[in-house]
Amino acid sequence: MSQSSALPAEQYNYDIVRRFTIMAMVWAVLGMSVGVYIASELAWPFLNFDIPQLTFGRLRPVHTTLVIFGFGGSALFATSYYVVQRTSQARLAFPWLAEFTFWGWTGGVALGALTYMSGITQAREYAEFEWPLDIAITLVWVSYFVVYVETLRRRTQPHIYVANWFYLAFIVAVALLHIFNNLAVPVSLTKSYSLFAGVQDAMTQWWYGHNAVGFFLTAAFLGMMYYFVPKQAGRPIYSYRLSIIHFWALIFLYMWVGGHHLHWTALPDWVSTLAATFSVILLMPSWGGMINGIMTLSGAWDKLRSDPVMLFLITSLSFYGMSTFEGPLMSLKSVNALSHYTDWTVGHVHSGALGWVAMVSFGSFYHLIPRLWNSKMYSQSLIYIHFWLATIGIVLYITSMWVAGIGQGLMLRSFDDYGNLAYTFIETVEFMHTPYVWRALGGAFFVSGVLIMVYNMALTIARRQPASEAELSAKPAQA
Amino acid sequence: MRHEQIETNSGLMLLLILVVISIGGLIEIVPLFYINETVEDVKGVRPYTPLETRGRDIYIREGCYLCHSQQIRPFRDEWLRYGHYSLAAESQYDHPFQWGSKRTGPDLARVGGKYSNQWQVQHLNAPRSVVPQSIMPNYPWLLTTDLDYSDVADRMRALRWTGVPYSVTQAEYDRNVKTFGKATADLLDITQAQDNLLKQAREGEFDGDPSRLTEMDALVAYLQILGTMVDFTQYDEGYFAKFR
Repeated sequence: MSQSSALPAEQYNYDIVRRFTIMAMVWAVLGMSVGVYIASELAWPFLNFDIPQLTFGRLRPVHTTLVIFGFGGSALFATSYYVVQRTSQARLAFPWLAEFTFWGWTGGVALGALTYMSGITQAREYAEFEWPLDIAITLVWVSYFVVYVETLRRRTQPHIYVANWFYLAFIVAVALLHIFNNLAVPVSLTKSYSLFAGVQDAMTQWWYGHNAVGFFLTAAFLGMMYYFVPKQAGRPIYSYRLSIIHFWALIFLYMWVGGHHLHWTALPDWVSTLAATFSVILLMPSWGGMINGIMTLSGAWDKLRSDPVMLFLITSLSFYGMSTFEGPLMSLKSVNALSHYTDWTVGHVHSGALGWVAMVSFGSFYHLIPRLWNSKMYSQSLIYIHFWLATIGIVLYITSMWVAGIGQGLMLRSFDDYGNLAYTFIETVEFMHTPYVWRALGGAFFVSGVLIMVYNMALTIARRQPASEAELSAKPAQA
Repeated sequence: MRHEQIETNSGLMLLLILVVISIGGLIEIVPLFYINETVEDVKGVRPYTPLETRGRDIYIREGCYLCHSQQIRPFRDEWLRYGHYSLAAESQYDHPFQWGSKRTGPDLARVGGKYSNQWQVQHLNAPRSVVPQSIMPNYPWLLTTDLDYSDVADRMRALRWTGVPYSVTQAEYDRNVKTFGKATADLLDITQAQDNLLKQAREGEFDGDPSRLTEMDALVAYLQILGTMVDFTQYDEGYFAKFR
């Protein structure tokens, strides 16, 4: 926008990518800090301070919204706008509309967080935005779709690169999910009641909820992976055929599995069984993606020793493989009987969210930042330190949640010799205190890694070459 | 069709994606609205009264559902701990559903009547004063905030739009008398919403302070009705199994 007319335009619109990248890091710091705070509330409840806005019940949606939609969403906007331009060799279409997506998305996330703290919520997990914000988000999303698809249409390459398939499926699926899950009848500007009730409402919500994971946090980040892993490795993607098969299988199967969040509930058994079956099958396309990503490094494994960015990307794929194995396991009815309602689920989500989503974003950003600001990363060793803080943090987090979740599950179902319940509920709460402390510590490790990244990024940007030079070098031979 | 045709044509790719992602939801969700056995045929479940509705709004506002489920599963330990497993019918008027996904605290699907009003008030106000190991936040503002019931009729009207059988017209009222009996039908009459709310709060003495109508009154009224509407002694052991 600012450099559109006077200065010679860049070949690509990096301005919007830079802004989303910065906002992603801002949301990461805020959202993950709130996460550490609410984790601490569960260990030390005095931290609720009798202040309504700070209680766990109101801050938890703030945490999930800031990390999923703030951090994850901004990272996806940034990378998708970058990738679609680079792989299509076309400049981003409708720059003013792209500008609107930035302000709309950023404002929407911020307002969402503030409304949750004041108790304004639809009470639908990961879709807590009340109806006016839902409508605003729909407008932003349609704009995103228009910008993205029009840029694709203007491509100068005949083929649509595989990363874009995933981004495209993500944009379409999220629109569908968002609209149907948020159907509601308003009472006032700040209150509405969902159109559906009970079992139908539950199924709609978890169809949405699991595909928020499947499309927002998986398919889209696979798009990111399909661009940045081959780029950073300097090698082509391992198997083109595998990418076709696992793409179509993944997007088809994901939409069936939401019901596994409702095993053993009043949801009819036939839905629950279908959901479990498809969840198990889903392991295959998930691992197809993991294999395709990791094997891209085949023949260049030494990069793991010399390149910390590669370390982030490959570790993220390993966590992706692990959590997409754990997911089908937990979707089995017998396992779910134990794991459901416990912290095992929370740990599972975080092995995906921290291990896969956040790690692949950090790796991609470390690749992206020097190119966006025409600079070199200020410090390689800080990238290593970030990597180890993050990895230790994740390991602490998920192991403590395994202990808390499996422990609570086993305690709740144990009986004494006379067939009476062996433990009261509150005894399980007492038991969970220690793992809750370790979990908060794991989260703190992860956030401190992010703070180091922000520091590294700030100094990198500060050392960038002057704008004019940057633009000249970013502009390949056009003449 | 060769994949090359798809990946060189953005419109075609878009269309195929839309088709492929629509199938799962169409097959799993749409039938739930049409298969009659999805919601059990059972007597006793009625929509919430105006006071309970406001209590439920507060439950949602505070995010209680993030730590408490309202969905008992058919396991022996849950039966001993919480009671009969939850029926779909019991949440048929819940917009939105409050089944929850996490039990940081115990399930609340049948908490109604399990504790006295006095216990509920003290527990909500300061949980550790009754359960020392509890990690639940204190909710002292519930006792000090007057209940805003000015728009309770609007709220019920919105719920009526979604299909909850609150009545506005005489015909709707008569239908409710037939379905729920006169006493309940009176409570579901939107034109009487405020009077009904005040009357229930006065007679229920939920927060223990008759001089004031607080948010605590509404929340406790809601908690005390949870899971109490179906009389399970009226049904054989195997009756509900055939709906699953």
